[in-house]
Amino acid sequence: MSQTEAHDLDARVVIIGGGHAGGSAAAFLRQYGHTGKIVLVGDEPLLPYQRPPLSKAWLKGEADAESLQLRPDSWYAEAGVSLRLGATAVSLNRGARTVALASDETVPYDHLILATGARARALPIPGADLAGVLALRTAADAEALKSALGPGKRLAVVGGGYVGLEAAASARALGAEATIIERESRVLARVACDTLSGFFQRYHGERGVVFVLDAGVEAFEGEAGHVTGVRLSDGRVIACDVVLVGVGAVPNDELARDAGLESAGGVVVDLEARTADPRVFAIGDVTHRPLPLYDRHFRLESVPNALEQAKQAAAAITGRAMPPPEIPWFWSDQYDLKLQIAGLPFDADRQLVRGDVAAAKFAVFHLKGDLVQAVEAVNAPPEFMAGKALIGKRTPIDPDKLANPAISMKDVAA
Amino acid sequence: MAKITYIEHDGVEHAIDVKPGLTVMEGAVKNNVPGIDADCGGACACATCHVYVDEAWRDKTGTPSAMEESMLDFAENVEPNSRLSCQIKVTEALDGLVVRLPESQH
Ligand SMILES: Cc1cc2nc3c(=O)[nH]c(=O)nc-3n(C[C@H](O)[C@H](O)[C@H](O)COP(=O)(O)OP(=O)(O)OC[C@H]3O[C@@H](n4cnc5c(N)ncnc54)[C@H](O)[C@@H]3O)c2cc1C
Ligand code: FES
Repeated sequence: MSQTEAHDLDARVVIIGGGHAGGSAAAFLRQYGHTGKIVLVGDEPLLPYQRPPLSKAWLKGEADAESLQLRPDSWYAEAGVSLRLGATAVSLNRGARTVALASDETVPYDHLILATGARARALPIPGADLAGVLALRTAADAEALKSALGPGKRLAVVGGGYVGLEAAASARALGAEATIIERESRVLARVACDTLSGFFQRYHGERGVVFVLDAGVEAFEGEAGHVTGVRLSDGRVIACDVVLVGVGAVPNDELARDAGLESAGGVVVDLEARTADPRVFAIGDVTHRPLPLYDRHFRLESVPNALEQAKQAAAAITGRAMPPPEIPWFWSDQYDLKLQIAGLPFDADRQLVRGDVAAAKFAVFHLKGDLVQAVEAVNAPPEFMAGKALIGKRTPIDPDKLANPAISMKDVAA
Repeated sequence: MAKITYIEHDGVEHAIDVKPGLTVMEGAVKNNVPGIDADCGGACACATCHVYVDEAWRDKTGTPSAMEESMLDFAENVEPNSRLSCQIKVTEALDGLVVRLPESQH
């Protein structure tokens, strides 16, 4: 049987980045019948693992390192995936179809998958290099943070995003004090609605987390090389034993850009996760991708996005039909709260709260006319699950029914 | 160890010794049993670890929490014996457990 070159199941696939996206792409390629060589190049010394628990169950000591691993050690040998761990890719030669590693090794490819993810954004302020000023992106970061926390320790978190809030909740569970310092007037300002921000702030506050809002961070102060406090622009100093800088992530798009591939705050790809070079794919946190439901491009940072694009690239390489499109979604665990978000609130003209915010069981729906654009659900799986389906199907709903928790989500969606 | 038999939708069986303390989902993922996606890694947030518990084992695997129940309520192809396998902790008492996998988790 002859195969077109593009769908040659014997082609050599090189994946750069051994994170959630890269590790999953290797697995989907094999699942979809790819028989050719697969090389996975990752600069971390570990096999692909899940990051979400690093700020949640793992940080609280409720999950061990092994449980974070995406696949067991044995899988890679059995599946014939060659590993180059602790190896950094330094440049691409798209003409010659090769990747150069820092070790001077040159790895040839027929198809290349860039899965380099994102890195924690650094705060370029005085004291940033003091010991005890930490980020949280990798397992090594998480080890450092965990060993600095414990009863009586004072954690200062710069940045009130999901990672910061989750780390604060985990720190409280470990008996540490936690202060969150945020530049905006509310936490989760970039990623959640007012109702949700207010709710999370109150919930954390009731559990002993202190918030310092509208606060600029000027410097980290230290003694004998170790951080002792965070100095704010109004002169106040928040004393602490350890700092977590959680001010977002920047895409690792340098390899792509240096090779002449377009980046728009993320490597630009199409709905097959392909860049402008048909032999080069990009997946996961590093990409700026189309969101057909919302008629725009965006960079998402989530596991479901990494998995969806890993499937797209694997399907394109093996000549399979594209997987059904996913509705963007995300989850977060803090204390006994399960937050599940589906969709993005783009173009929404109204917000509707269903359920009881005070009882920590509610959902905020973002509507555009009578269409659901996004739903943010706290301890409310039916609202999340049904809302996610409604976003995908573009079925109009009756807002009055939706606002009435006595009417089940099944009936609202019917 | 507890022996758990995972039966894929097409009938392929995988009999695996799973360490107590892991979940039924982890027993599958760590042993390369296909058919359980577990996108959220066990956070009870995605419903892509759906299994059907063999009738004989429904009591021993316990009852789903309210959270699991409401996730299942909205999953595809749900039956009375549906469970999210990340919410079933493996104990010695589950030695011999049989679960069947749905055609697709998405
Ligand atoms: C603490 C934390 C909590 C999170 N919680 C959630 C959550 O609850 N739900 C959710 O959906 N998402 C969550 N996320 C986001 C999720 O983990 C990411 O979206 C996901 O990891 C993206 O996968 P990726 O493979 O694109 O990137 P990554 O997982 O970052 O992997 C990229 C890998 O490539 C490596 N790399 C980069 N450049 C090179 C190079 N030149 N050569 C070799 N290797 C290279 C990197 O070191 C890294 O190992 C969380 C993230 C963090 C950090
Ligand atoms: S793994 Fe996501 S719900 Fe079980």
